Amino acid sequence: MHGLINRAVQSFVCATYGQACWLRVAAAAELGFVELEAMLVYDADTSLRVLDALCADRNRARAEMLEDLGTYLVSHPNTEGLRRLLRFGGVTYVEFLHSLDDLSDRVRLAASDLSLPALELRELSGAEYQLHCFPGLPGYSSVMVGVLRAMADDYGALVMLSHDGQQGDADVITIALVESSFAEGRQFELGARRP
Amino acid sequence: MMDVRGLGVLLETLCPMFLLLDNDGRIVQVGPTLQKLRPERAMAEQNFLDLFQLVRPRTVSTVPVLMSMAGAKLHLRFHDEPRTALKGLITPLPDQGGTVINLSFGISILDAVSDYALTSADFSGADLAIELLYLVEAKSAAMEASRSLNQRLQDARVAAEEQAFTDTLTGLKNRRAMDHILGQMASTQTDFALMHLDLDFFKSVNDRLGHAAGDFVLQEAARIMVEETRSDDAVVRMGGDEFVIFFRNLTDEKKLSAIAGRLIGRLREPMSFDQNPCRISASIGTAISTQFDILKPAEILHAADLALYEAKRNGRSRHHLFSDIASSVQREHMVKPR
Repeated sequence: MHGLINRAVQSFVCATYGQACWLRVAAAAELGFVELEAMLVYDADTSLRVLDALCADRNRARAEMLEDLGTYLVSHPNTEGLRRLLRFGGVTYVEFLHSLDDLSDRVRLAASDLSLPALELRELSGAEYQLHCFPGLPGYSSVMVGVLRAMADDYGALVMLSHDGQQGDADVITIALVESSFAEGRQFELGARRP
Repeated sequence: MMDVRGLGVLLETLCPMFLLLDNDGRIVQVGPTLQKLRPERAMAEQNFLDLFQLVRPRTVSTVPVLMSMAGAKLHLRFHDEPRTALKGLITPLPDQGGTVINLSFGISILDAVSDYALTSADFSGADLAIELLYLVEAKSAAMEASRSLNQRLQDARVAAEEQAFTDTLTGLKNRRAMDHILGQMASTQTDFALMHLDLDFFKSVNDRLGHAAGDFVLQEAARIMVEETRSDDAVVRMGGDEFVIFFRNLTDEKKLSAIAGRLIGRLREPMSFDQNPCRISASIGTAISTQFDILKPAEILHAADLALYEAKRNGRSRHHLFSDIASSVQREHMVKPR
């Protein structure tokens, strides 16, 4: 599994549950080290062990934990860069939803060796959408639920999300758009410079 | 046939950074994004060449020359600050009806989006500007992650080197390890013998056959020393052709002399490097921890050093015990020879 994914998990655990929790998880997962590197590639097994150890440590279901990870990735200042990259997807939440079709290609532009499963947005009506998450990364659709929820806040949209089981081999997330400009949303400028 | 007005409406949608000029080089109409770059100054009615400086082609400074450049690529910039660089394409309208110039930022896009607070709505849907900005930001993030990994690896390498106890050429322990071993033996009051061993004629092998041969000889000598000692003895390369061997819980001078004899015997056997014979030997001085009332690491090293000096002085390729010369040392206050 790509180090970026593993590193994201470590960053999430440290920011949410603290360094001590991370050290426990790293030990329980028998990593043999405590720092995961974003630019290295690890065995798929490593990531799963970390995730299982984390869920056991916090006594929470894997899907819930991954949703929180998705939310963290978009809303925490640590990962502001990622939020910005997602905001390039569009000016409105609906445009953002449509840009998810290109997400795996965009990710490959950024990190050519990071391949994420395909996503496909289906528009049922102007207010109801389905996001089909294709296989390739276990738990990806749970992370996406968290991402979609946090991005809705980011755009100031009010949405209802539900995980609707499977269609074919894809996990389906239903997105009901209640109000596209419910709140102010967060500022996004194309030219923002990193400090 | 579309009139100029209709054309302007069309251009506003397709090319938000267009300029429509009349035949005198006066701006008739301007795209919304381009106008946004100079919010205080309406571009319409102004003279194109008063607003923009042509960077390439440089020769263009008059309206007739500009008008004659159908289909040419232009590189230009604002006369006033911020002097954003723009690139564009010029094309005349049919029937002497004026000229259209379509502009874009090119590489200046990165500065432009911050200088002018542009949003994605300011770019045509066909423009790759947003993708370019995305890519720049994604690449910067990836580079940053990569840089930070490199930095951590570099730090780890330096730390590992500083902490290393191994001589990389021979695989023996290094001088830093020796300080630890000596300190540990002293603090645990372990009895031990310390042999100081110098290879004889090593310099001539190095000079005659080169460094590769010298390295080979050092590795061979190291192997012999490891083979002739027990696993809990420690063989240290002090640097150059100088070695120290610790014998834990071994203070019997007869046994030590026998070991020294075997070492010298084996080191004297000719080695062959690339079919060139390399002949060396060894001089050894040995001191024993029990010879000192209070063991100070520097003193036992010095004692072994004196014994080694004696071995060299007596014709090399031999072994001396510090105890053999201790009385004369005390008598003569012999200083450490070098």
